[in-house]
Amino acid sequence: MAVATVLQAICFYAFSGIAVASAVMVISARNPVHSVLFLILAFFNAAGLFVLLGAEFLAMILVIVYVGAVAVLFLFVVMMLDINFVALRQGALQYLPVGALVGLILFVELVLVFGAWTISPELTAASGAATPALTEMSNTAALGSILYTKYVYVFQVAGLILLVAMIGAIVLTLRSRDGVRRQKIAQQVGRRREDAVEVVKVRPGQGI
Amino acid sequence: MIQFAASEFLPALPEIFLAAAALALLILGVFQGDKSAREIAWLSVAALVVTFALVAMPLHARGTDRLVSFYGLFITDGFGAFSKMLVIAGSAFSIILSMRYNEQEGIARPEYPVLILLATTGMLLMISSNDLISLYVSFELQSLALYVCAAFQRDSLRSTEAGLKYFVLGALASGMLLYGSSMVYGFAGSTSFDTLSHAFQDGGTVSIGLIIGIVLIAVGLAFKSSAVPFHMWTPDVYEGAPTPVTAFFSVAPKIAALALFVRVMIGPFGGLGAEWQQVIWFISVASMLLGAFAAINQTNIKRLMAYSSIGHVGYALIGLASNSAGGIRGILVYLSIYLFMSVGTFAVILCMRRQGKLVEGIADLAGLSRTNPGMALALAIFMFSMAGIPPLAGFFAKLYIFLAAIDAHLYALAIIGVLSSVVGAFYYLRIVKLMYFDEPAEPFDRPVPREVQAVMLVSALVVLFFFVWPTMLVDGADAVAAALFAG
Repeated sequence: MAVATVLQAICFYAFSGIAVASAVMVISARNPVHSVLFLILAFFNAAGLFVLLGAEFLAMILVIVYVGAVAVLFLFVVMMLDINFVALRQGALQYLPVGALVGLILFVELVLVFGAWTISPELTAASGAATPALTEMSNTAALGSILYTKYVYVFQVAGLILLVAMIGAIVLTLRSRDGVRRQKIAQQVGRRREDAVEVVKVRPGQGI
Repeated sequence: MIQFAASEFLPALPEIFLAAAALALLILGVFQGDKSAREIAWLSVAALVVTFALVAMPLHARGTDRLVSFYGLFITDGFGAFSKMLVIAGSAFSIILSMRYNEQEGIARPEYPVLILLATTGMLLMISSNDLISLYVSFELQSLALYVCAAFQRDSLRSTEAGLKYFVLGALASGMLLYGSSMVYGFAGSTSFDTLSHAFQDGGTVSIGLIIGIVLIAVGLAFKSSAVPFHMWTPDVYEGAPTPVTAFFSVAPKIAALALFVRVMIGPFGGLGAEWQQVIWFISVASMLLGAFAAINQTNIKRLMAYSSIGHVGYALIGLASNSAGGIRGILVYLSIYLFMSVGTFAVILCMRRQGKLVEGIADLAGLSRTNPGMALALAIFMFSMAGIPPLAGFFAKLYIFLAAIDAHLYALAIIGVLSSVVGAFYYLRIVKLMYFDEPAEPFDRPVPREVQAVMLVSALVVLFFFVWPTMLVDGADAVAAALFAG
C-alpha cells in the first residue's frame, strides 16, 4: 500500500515537473521547432497526469487530438511558413512590464475570489449528481453514455461548428486558378495522325 | 435506459429543418458550382420562409407556452419564438439584398447563403439556449459563420482585415464568456438556467465570484451586440466587410445577441437584478452617448451606420436595465422596428454605385432627391424614423423603451436617452438635408435591382404605416414579455 502511494507521488511529481519545465522551454526556446517539440512533451506529461487521476479516456484524447493533430499541425506551420519568429519576439520584451502588471492584478483578484469560494448552499443538493463508482463503469463508457444521451444536442451542434470551420477554410482559401494545364485524356486519345504531324517539303536554299 | 421520443425533438423542428436545409443546399452548391449561386440564394430564402412558418406555428404547443427539451438544454417559449422570427426575417432580407451585389463584385458563390443559413441556425439555437453549455456552443456556431462571412470578399484587403479583426476580438469575447460561465458553474454549482434561476429566486447567497462570472458573461454578450465599451471592432468590421454582410451584421446577429442578453439576465440571474442592473445601465448610457457623438464626424456611410447601430443597442438595453415585462416588451418592439429601418437603409446603400463601382461616402448622396426621388424619399423615411420623429415607427420604438424606463424609475436613463437621441437626430437629418437641399452629385447607376427595390419598398411601408396598426406587434410583444417574467 505504502509502496503504491509513494510510487504514485513520484510519478505525479515527475510528470508535473517535466510538464512545467517543458512549458517554460516552449516559450523560451530559440528554435521554433524545438518549441513545438517541447509542447508535445508537455502534452504527454499532462496525459500522464490524467492517467494518474484515473481519467484514462481524457489521457488518450489528449495524446490523439493534441499531439496527433494540433502539435503536428503547428510543426507544419513552423516548418513550412517562412515566419521570422525572432523578429516577432523582439517587441515582446518592451510590453513585459505592462503585461506583468496586468497579470499580477489578475492573479491577486483571482486569489481574492477563490479565497471566498463557496458553492451556494441552495445548489449543493442539485450539484451532487450521481457519479458511478469506478469499478462499475469505465469512464470511457460513462462519457459515452452521457455524451450521446444527455448532451446529444450539444454534441450535434459541435458537429455543426466543425462543419462551418471546414466550409470556412475552403471558402477562404480554395482558389481555382486560370491557366492550369490539366491532362485531358479523351483529347489525347482522340488525336489523329493528321492533327499532329505536318509534312513540309523544304526546297533547298529557301528555308521554310 | 434513456429513450428519445419524437416529442423531444419536435420543439427544435425549425432549427433541425434549417440545419438540414443548409446541408442539402451545400451539397447542391458543390455539385452545381458557382453558377448556381443565385438559385441557391433563392432556395435559402425559401428555407428561411419555411423555418419562419415553423416557428410561427409551433406544432407542439401554443406560442407563449414554455417547453424545455433535450434534457433541459433547449427551451422554446413565446419570447424565443418572437425573437427568432425577427432573426429569420433579418437573414432572409440580407440574402435577398446580397444576390446582385455578390454577382457584381464577382463573389457570387453558393457557400455564402449556406453560411448565412448556418449562422442563422446558430442564432436560433442561441435564443433557445437554456444552459450555459448550449449557450456557448450555439454562440460559437453563429460567430464562426459570421467571421467567414466578414472575410468573404477574400481578394479585398479590407474585407480580409475585417474578418481577421472580428475573429481575433470575437475569440477574446468567447473566452470571456467561457471564463464567466466557468466562474458561475464553480460558484453556483450548476450550468442549467432552470436550476440557477431557482437558486437565485429571492437573492440567494451571492458570492463575489458569482458576480464576476455574471459580469464576464455580460462582457461576452455586450461584445456580440457591440455595446460600448466593447464596440471597438464594430466600425472597422462594418466598413471593411462586403456591404450585404454589413447589412446582415447590423440586424440578425444583433437581434440574436440582445435576445440572448435578455434570456440570460432575466432567466438564470433574474433574482440578482440588483447586481447586474447597474452594469447594463452603464453599458446602455455609454452606447447611447457614443452612438450619438462619434457618428457626427463620419464621412463613410457604413461607418455611420455602425455608430448608429451602437446607439440603437444602447436604447434597446434601456429595456433590459429596467428589468421588467414592460422593458422586455420595449426591447422586442424596438428590435422589430430597428430590423426594418436598418434593412431599408442598407438596401439604399447597396444602390450607391457609379459606373459599376460602389461608393460609400455620405457626400455621394448629395442631391439624390433630384437624380432618384424614390430612393431619396425612402432613405429620408428611414432617417426620420431612426431619429425618432413621429409618426414614423422609430418614434414608437423609443416611446415604449422610455415608458419602461420611467415605470422602473430610471429617470436619469430616460433623460440621457432623450438627449442623446436629439444629438443623434443631427446626423440623421444631415443626410436628409444633403439629399434634398444640396447640389446633385453624379447620379447613381440604374436600374436598381428589382429585389432590392422590393425590400426598400416593404421596409419603407412598414416604417411609414406602423402607427396605423401598432397593436398587433405591441400586444404580441406584451404577451411574450409577460410570459417570460411569469415563467
